[in-house]
Amino acid sequence: MLEFWTTPLGWTLLTVGQILLITVVLLICVAFLLLMDRKVWAGVQLRKGPNVVGPFGLLQSFADLLKFVLKELIIPAGADKFVFLLAPIITVIVACIGWSVVPFAPGWVIANLNVGILYLLAVSSLGVYGIIMGGWASNSKYPFLGALRSAAQMVSYEVSIGFIIITVILLTGSMNLSTIVDHQAGSILNWHFIGGGANLPTVVVMFPMMVMFFISALAETNRPPFDLPEAESELVAGYQVEYSSTPYLLFMLGEYMNIVLMCAMISVLFFGGWHAPWPEGYLEGLPPTLVSFHGLIIFSVKIVFWFFMFAMVKAIVPRYRYDQLMRLGWKVFLPTSLVAVALIAAWRVFGPGA
Amino acid sequence: MNLQAIAFYVLSVITVVSALGVVSARNPVHSVLYLILSFFTAAGLFVLLGAEFLAMLLIVVYVGAVAVLFLFVVMMLDVDFGSLREGFVRYLPIGGVVAAVLVVEMVLVATAVGEQGAAKGSGAPDILLDAPNTEQIGRVLYTDYIYFFQAAGMVLLVAMIGAIVLTLRHRPGVKRQSVMDQVARTPAKGMRIVQVKTGEGISE
Repeated sequence: MLEFWTTPLGWTLLTVGQILLITVVLLICVAFLLLMDRKVWAGVQLRKGPNVVGPFGLLQSFADLLKFVLKELIIPAGADKFVFLLAPIITVIVACIGWSVVPFAPGWVIANLNVGILYLLAVSSLGVYGIIMGGWASNSKYPFLGALRSAAQMVSYEVSIGFIIITVILLTGSMNLSTIVDHQAGSILNWHFIGGGANLPTVVVMFPMMVMFFISALAETNRPPFDLPEAESELVAGYQVEYSSTPYLLFMLGEYMNIVLMCAMISVLFFGGWHAPWPEGYLEGLPPTLVSFHGLIIFSVKIVFWFFMFAMVKAIVPRYRYDQLMRLGWKVFLPTSLVAVALIAAWRVFGPGA
Repeated sequence: MNLQAIAFYVLSVITVVSALGVVSARNPVHSVLYLILSFFTAAGLFVLLGAEFLAMLLIVVYVGAVAVLFLFVVMMLDVDFGSLREGFVRYLPIGGVVAAVLVVEMVLVATAVGEQGAAKGSGAPDILLDAPNTEQIGRVLYTDYIYFFQAAGMVLLVAMIGAIVLTLRHRPGVKRQSVMDQVARTPAKGMRIVQVKTGEGISE
């Protein structure tokens, strides 16, 4: 039976099974995270949030799903029909394929790529296409303006994300995500946001890098305070104005899956991935499956923590103006991360660990 | 037929078809979308060759940045699609000649590489064959070819500075926001307290 899984057919079946498993689990998690987002937002504003459907409103997301699917699909008369419908599909697909390289627990990853981190960068840079295509195909002014804003915004912040990722790659010496997580084993002192191994000079660089990555991730996923592509006070809803029913649902879903992917990325790059903040000596001698579940739980807790941070930022921080956004991206983040790359590279060559 | 062969044929058919779509699509935005599709499948072909680093760079640089700017520009253009197709027959011969020259050159280079190998005569660089190809490229690029690499970087830098110098103009009379000034503002500098007499108001 075991050798069947190594044949081409068995391998294909196994991989498709893994992909289905991760997609289904992820979709269910996103449904509850969306509820959490609304609950946190409501809590900050002293409201109750969704509390009618199911106990504590737990089934709210599923009710919304049914509502969206049953609504009428409207395609504007002047729209480019094919591109109009392709845009939300691309958004969701791109948000899903990023998860194929995320290491959930020791050995639990669909594709353990050598260039996993570059793959994630590439996938996150593709997310802009759904928005541009949707904005253009709607053949309407507000969506088009939203799409233009979004394209400029995402391309700008990708540059600083790239440089921040390079600092992590330099510290680790690998682009493989599993290796990056393993490099942070031990305890919280080895995590990359403290400099990976409690090197005091690197914490000065790496802690700001973690904060900058978080802010760039907010901009990259069009979350408040950088939600200018869909700023409802100026552009109604930006690139989503003309969308209704299931395509709108797909845009929402893709957006939230991208946010959760970014949370996973921060956890993997700076927060030790599946490693616990305390020393993990007690795991030795336990069966590997148990160790993997231990890692999975810790990784999930980290993702939920970062998602909570995303939700809090949405509730607390007011929206940026467009020129302030560009100033922050090009004049603050880009030079700072460039200097950080030079400093970390110098540390790796001339520092005590060299 | 194994999985790799199937993947190769699927990817190359999509690449060729979308490349045809680039030149045959009536709408320029559709052309750019076809171009993006062909970049994307070309990256897939790189992965099949085992050059995963190049594949990712192709997506990050071309699909993620260059093609976005293409799309940006093409969407902003107000193109009259009828006038674009006017000179098609007139320019067909010269276009055909250029295409033929390109095909001949590509076939010549491909056969030369096929027979002799790409680096015949200069000797293959000393590389670790078991290292991942990111590391191999890095080792070659930053040792043997460091001067060429730096020279290419300088050329790009000069081009970038040139573009900025050409487009940057200082218009007089434009009010700009100075964040430093705004942050440095205090109540003492920002307001004054005035005793207003009844019925007179304030006049500057």
